[in-house]
Amino acid sequence: MSIIVFAESTDGNFKKSTLEAVAYAAEVAKNTSTNCVAVSIGNVDDSKASELAKFGADKIVSIKNDKLIGFVAEAYAKALANIASQENATVIVVSNTYSGKAIAPRVAAKLKAGIVSGVISYPDTSNGFKIRKTVFSGKAFADVNITTAAKVLAITPNTFNTIENNKTANIISVDAGLTDSDFITHSVEISRASGKIPLTEAEIVVSGGRGLKGPENWGLIENLAEALGAATACSKPVSDMHWRPHSEHVGQTGITIKPNLYIAVGISGAIQHLAGVSSSKVIVAINKDPEAPFFKAADYGIVGDAFEVMPKIIEAAKKLKAQHA
Amino acid sequence: MKILVCISNVPDTTTKVTFTDNNTKFNTVGVQYIINPYDELALTRALEITEKQTGTVTAINVGLADAEPSIRKALAIGATDAVRINADPTDAYFVAEQVAAYAKAENFDLILTGRESIDYNGGQVAGLLGEMLNFPSVNVVTAIEIENGIATMERDIDGGKEKLTCKLPLVASAQKELTEPRIPNMRGIMAARTKPLKVVEPNGAEKTSATISFDMPPAKGLCKMIAPENAEQLIDLLHNEAKII
Ligand SMILES: Cc1cc2nc3c(=O)[nH]c(=O)nc-3n(C[C@H](O)[C@H](O)[C@H](O)COP(=O)(O)OP(=O)(O)OC[C@H]3O[C@@H](n4cnc5c(N)ncnc54)[C@H](O)[C@@H]3O)c2cc1C
Repeated sequence: MSIIVFAESTDGNFKKSTLEAVAYAAEVAKNTSTNCVAVSIGNVDDSKASELAKFGADKIVSIKNDKLIGFVAEAYAKALANIASQENATVIVVSNTYSGKAIAPRVAAKLKAGIVSGVISYPDTSNGFKIRKTVFSGKAFADVNITTAAKVLAITPNTFNTIENNKTANIISVDAGLTDSDFITHSVEISRASGKIPLTEAEIVVSGGRGLKGPENWGLIENLAEALGAATACSKPVSDMHWRPHSEHVGQTGITIKPNLYIAVGISGAIQHLAGVSSSKVIVAINKDPEAPFFKAADYGIVGDAFEVMPKIIEAAKKLKAQHA
Repeated sequence: MKILVCISNVPDTTTKVTFTDNNTKFNTVGVQYIINPYDELALTRALEITEKQTGTVTAINVGLADAEPSIRKALAIGATDAVRINADPTDAYFVAEQVAAYAKAENFDLILTGRESIDYNGGQVAGLLGEMLNFPSVNVVTAIEIENGIATMERDIDGGKEKLTCKLPLVASAQKELTEPRIPNMRGIMAARTKPLKVVEPNGAEKTSATISFDMPPAKGLCKMIAPENAEQLIDLLHNEAKII
């Protein structure tokens, strides 16, 4: 028996969310007296793959195949499910990233496994297999019991800690047994904004709303984000008016995020907006209206004009950055 | 071109979420239900595709009779016909099995779902369906064009976008940006009354999970206010008090 974890990589590197997933799987393995097997797909160097042991993997399976360098959901899912079957997996862990979300349900259907996504707790196995997830985009939690023999868990990024140790593990290279018919979708082009922190993985997010009046004022958001090493986000009307790209829209009909720090500037705090950001650990609201609903959801608040207070905050953030450079 | 669109019936986004029966049930009192916003985008895109080339759009919902207003709305927006699988949709795996069982007999070229439902935030049905039907599945699709049996798509990836192609049949899940939702007009609403809505009993598939109870996030403490003249103190508080930067 074992716990399998998908070690997602981009251009041969593991992301923080991957290390969190490995550490999570290792913890589940420890609590259930089984082994944690990390599965790396797509030509990751052995020296890189071996790092997964430090985050808790007992064994590392590396699937190398030139066709797997780019992400193909159906092929990745088959490869992962094949390893899960060989390893007699009871739990399969992925991070709830876009790629993780693409393969988790396919793996579940192959293994006839129940699946829960948006997981925010370790399983409680004292009476069944109980797991906590967010529902209503963060407005509430649900405790769900999975009743199948195998279980697939897609865990929420930025929720679980990683601990580094000195562990080492064997790397086993395998051929996943894929054929041409497993590659039906073809990637034509990938574009990633270079040097920008993806919103879904950001630990700090600076976000702007309609209160900023127009796209020409976004320097206030971007400069603070840069000084804090943060990603940028926006409210729905801001992306609807094309002041900012749709990919920055957070909320119930946008992206749900869970950073350590969320700074909302000129955003009223409508229920749909709060749904997507209220799980953030610390929330700052900056709004000229003392009655803005955001202050009820915030830890720190400034009632003031963004155009006056933001320059002061940016200045202070730059100073702090310089001190720690 | 035969397109199937999965429609989920969800509480309106303004809903104040509360629970009853010792936190085991979602409190539906006073709650307005709507078509899941992402499913609405999927439906609209399906209509745009069949308007360019000929075809039909079938809306499918796994749900009890109380979901019918949303299904009728899908017909009013423009779906050709609709199917309701008469079962409580509490488990995504079960829902996907019901839809797959229906779709198997119908030879759809394209199945569209929403990226996730805004109530349970599962985001699983597209992938489950793909696997159950042995179709490829592409999630969080922000653009899709169909030509000569080939879909050209764009999807969100972590930190960017991917352009991809795939031959039909295919399952794709709709992300914002795919299109603008369509509002039903009077003619559509009238026509919807007489469009076929077939009710099918579920097959014997077992549920794979059950929600035991719900809980609310802990309430926030008081918001600490900083005077706007001293706005720079925010950085100091975040660094030294919250220890978050
Ligand atoms: C079905 C549905 C789904 C939705 N989903 C989402 C969603 O996912 N995400 C989302 O964000 N919204 C969503 N909304 C919209 C939501 O209801 C709000 O309309 C939206 O969040 C408001 O955006 P805003 O706060 O930027 O703008 P506004 O509500 O216009 O607020 C602007 C704020 O800026 C403040 N302000 C103005 N000038 C200044 C200044 N100079 N300095 C400081 N503050 C200033 C104002 O006091 C005000 O509070 C949804 C709505 C519906 C109906």
